[in-house]
Amino acid sequence: MLVHLRRSVIVSIIFLVLLGLAYPLAGTGLSQVLFRHQADGSLTADGSTLIGQQWSGPKWFQGRPDGTVVTTGPGGVVVSGTNQPGPRSKTLEKAVAKQAALLRKEGIVPTNDLVTTSGSLVDPDISPADAYAQVNAVAAARGLSASAVRRLVATHVHSRELGFLGADYVTVLELNEALVRLG
Amino acid sequence: MVGSIRQGVAVLMAMVIIFGAWVGFASYAESQPNPAVSAAHVVKQPEGNMVGKEVRFGALPTTLYNVASTQTSTGSVSGANDSFTPIGGFALISGMMLGEVSPGGTGSGLYTILLFALITVFLGGLMIGRTPEYLGKKIQAREVKLAAFGVLIMPLVVLVIVGIAVSIHAGRVAPGNSGPHGFSEILYAFISQTNNNGSAFAGLSGNTAFYNVTGGIAMLLGRFAIMVPVLALAGSLAAKNIVPAGLGTFKTDTPLFTGLLIGVILIVGGLTFFPAVSLGPIVEQLLHGRLF
Repeated sequence: MLVHLRRSVIVSIIFLVLLGLAYPLAGTGLSQVLFRHQADGSLTADGSTLIGQQWSGPKWFQGRPDGTVVTTGPGGVVVSGTNQPGPRSKTLEKAVAKQAALLRKEGIVPTNDLVTTSGSLVDPDISPADAYAQVNAVAAARGLSASAVRRLVATHVHSRELGFLGADYVTVLELNEALVRLG
Repeated sequence: MVGSIRQGVAVLMAMVIIFGAWVGFASYAESQPNPAVSAAHVVKQPEGNMVGKEVRFGALPTTLYNVASTQTSTGSVSGANDSFTPIGGFALISGMMLGEVSPGGTGSGLYTILLFALITVFLGGLMIGRTPEYLGKKIQAREVKLAAFGVLIMPLVVLVIVGIAVSIHAGRVAPGNSGPHGFSEILYAFISQTNNNGSAFAGLSGNTAFYNVTGGIAMLLGRFAIMVPVLALAGSLAAKNIVPAGLGTFKTDTPLFTGLLIGVILIVGGLTFFPAVSLGPIVEQLLHGRLF
């Protein structure tokens, strides 16, 4: 009995040190050495490239909507961020129409991704087609030539993972940072 | 341990075929436009249903991930299940309804499909008048009872609790969407909790006393109440002598057995859950008016 008790206490302590201390330290240490930028959250001067932001005004490329249209409940209370509209939701239909009207006002032809919310509500990416749809509006607002902005988009397209997983995408933050450098 | 790879392959193929079929029809459903977005008449949807999905993942890989996630016990999602099309959502719910056997949750997938295998052997024996045996062990009344008990616990727990949830006020106020989609949210929540998965259809405001208590009961029964008949079955089978396969033995390492096993899984899952599913995703799809 005492032997079992002593053994179980020793095993508990060993695993406490191994899994509670050594493993997280090894993980943190390795990631800091090998993938420092990613481990720190892929931060740039203007925020993380992994978290979508809202860009106001026609001078910036827009990301996907943040979903406040859909998830704002009665009295302006934002309900749980994971609350998602179902496939036949009237709220979704209205939110899509509203978002499309906003885009048209800025001179952008709405695309599928630009009027729908993502699962995380902070999708940092848009598809190349979404970016090209905004080229003329952004170029006009900034007084740049449309072809220069289009070239800028083309150089910022990430191809899909390993060539077959997912879809080609453009990270909105990267694109807007490059836009500032362009003038 | 069984000493025959073919026996394992027969069971594995049943898992592979069910999983493949589910990924197939879910992918097709999700590559179709989202009905609510179509109704707004402002955009075309060449990428498929992108509501609740991330651009870099795309519609099809998200579907693949979420189907795989609901048929194993990872409990994670890469897109909002709640915004899947009705048929896509049906694939997620029904993958768990079949008992999570394709390939199943960590540690629980194999024993669940072996319960189905015993029932298949028994039914096969009834149909062609052969002695029910599985892996050299005679399957008798006691084993069939335990296997049936093990298979029926999950639907029993889920259907009773869902029935209670939709009958009382505390259960009905939680869904974030109205109509059949709200019912799907409740159904998914309890199947996921009972069946060792833990992922969320979302849209359900589940942090209430009612959902916390009933969810706790569902988790407890879903995990441990199934293990009891499975352990009893294992003990009973271990105590039996291995009988050599004879002329009367129904072979369990053939494509015929794989087919029968799939049939039993679909029929048992289908018969128990069809009424519930028809109130949720099926009626939602019919309201939509098209098959896809």
